Amino acid sequence: MIDLDQLLRRFAGLERAELVRWVENRWVLPDETGGRWVFGEVDIARIDLILHVRQDFAVGDDAMEVVLGLLDQVYGLRRQMARLCDALAAQPPEVQASIRRALPKGGDR
Amino acid sequence: MAETPYQVLGVKNDASSDDIRTAYRKLAKQLHPDLNPGKPEAEARFKAVAAAYDLLSDSDKRGRYDRGEIDETGAERPRYSYRPHAEGAQGRKYDPQGGMGAEDLDDLFAMFGGRGRRGRTAEGMSMPGGDRLFSLTVDFAEAATGARKRLSLSPDESLDVTIPPGIDEGQVLRLKGKGGPGYGAGPAGDALIEIHIAPHPFFRRVGDDIHIELPVSISEAVLGGRVAVPTVTGPVTMTIPKGSDAGAQLRLRGKGSQKKGRAGDQYVTLKIVIGAPDDPDLAKFLETWPGRHKGDPRRGMGEKGGTG
Repeated sequence: MIDLDQLLRRFAGLERAELVRWVENRWVLPDETGGRWVFGEVDIARIDLILHVRQDFAVGDDAMEVVLGLLDQVYGLRRQMARLCDALAAQPPEVQASIRRALPKGGDR
Repeated sequence: MAETPYQVLGVKNDASSDDIRTAYRKLAKQLHPDLNPGKPEAEARFKAVAAAYDLLSDSDKRGRYDRGEIDETGAERPRYSYRPHAEGAQGRKYDPQGGMGAEDLDDLFAMFGGRGRRGRTAEGMSMPGGDRLFSLTVDFAEAATGARKRLSLSPDESLDVTIPPGIDEGQVLRLKGKGGPGYGAGPAGDALIEIHIAPHPFFRRVGDDIHIELPVSISEAVLGGRVAVPTVTGPVTMTIPKGSDAGAQLRLRGKGSQKKGRAGDQYVTLKIVIGAPDDPDLAKFLETWPGRHKGDPRRGMGEKGGTG
């Protein structure tokens, strides 16, 4: 966990006002302790990602909103999928076999 | 944490390259070792300024530093990969389904548009119909050679099923689109047909081969001869060699299960039958047969029999 000043030193190309706007847009969700923002690994990785997407694909603020929204949906789905897979993997073989049979063949759906 | 090169040079992060050059020259003059003999801290500072200028005066390096790709010494920083973080426990706060959980299976079903145990189906939703399970019993020979069967699904619905040759007991055939109707624009489910093979009075399947026990008379066994043998494709004539013993096994190549590409064999095991149990002519013949006392067929079975 690092604070805002450490974060800004870590990403020299990132302006304070810019980061504040990102937090206000809820693109980045730092934790708050004693009225100060602290950034965890996931937040740092996310800021890194936003900086790169902006730089590499010339994505502006409006498009960034869409990109992050879709990205979060994908990871949300992956998370649910992982839960489902864990639950399936915990089933006895005959239950797994019957689920396998019930799965439409690839591309049907 | 170390100072940034911008801080070392005392310029803002968005300083122009001219600003940076000016700041560097000013500091370099102040801190030059020749002008500060005996002041190691000035020398260290001078080196830091030179390093900072080296990084910031190169627009490529400066850009990489600004994006966090290299640190203030010019060393590569490990590139952050977002995925492991996003999928980790911390990433939950960015999940639009949120920490709200989807703890229940029904939430998952709702999320993916499936049917939960409450059986709800969302309006206008499309999903494939369910599979229907049937069972079909085929004759022994049909299973071995293949067949076309008609399966009654209901009084007014039937299905033509092609039984591939060499099908095995319990094998399931899938007929695409013959199951329950789809929901909305979804495709119909499949019909799953489990095949059972009716037992046969004298054929037995062992893998792709067929085994049969063939009764032969004493004279056919002793003298040999040509006999008709049933197979799944109809009777064939087989030669019994002279002097065949009971239990002898003969092979009819390619007369087994007709699996695509290769057929199994039929194995014929001879079983000698004496015919009429009280044939006085046969009894009389054997009583006068000179060889009747020669050899002991139970030789090697031991005195007490069975346990030998």
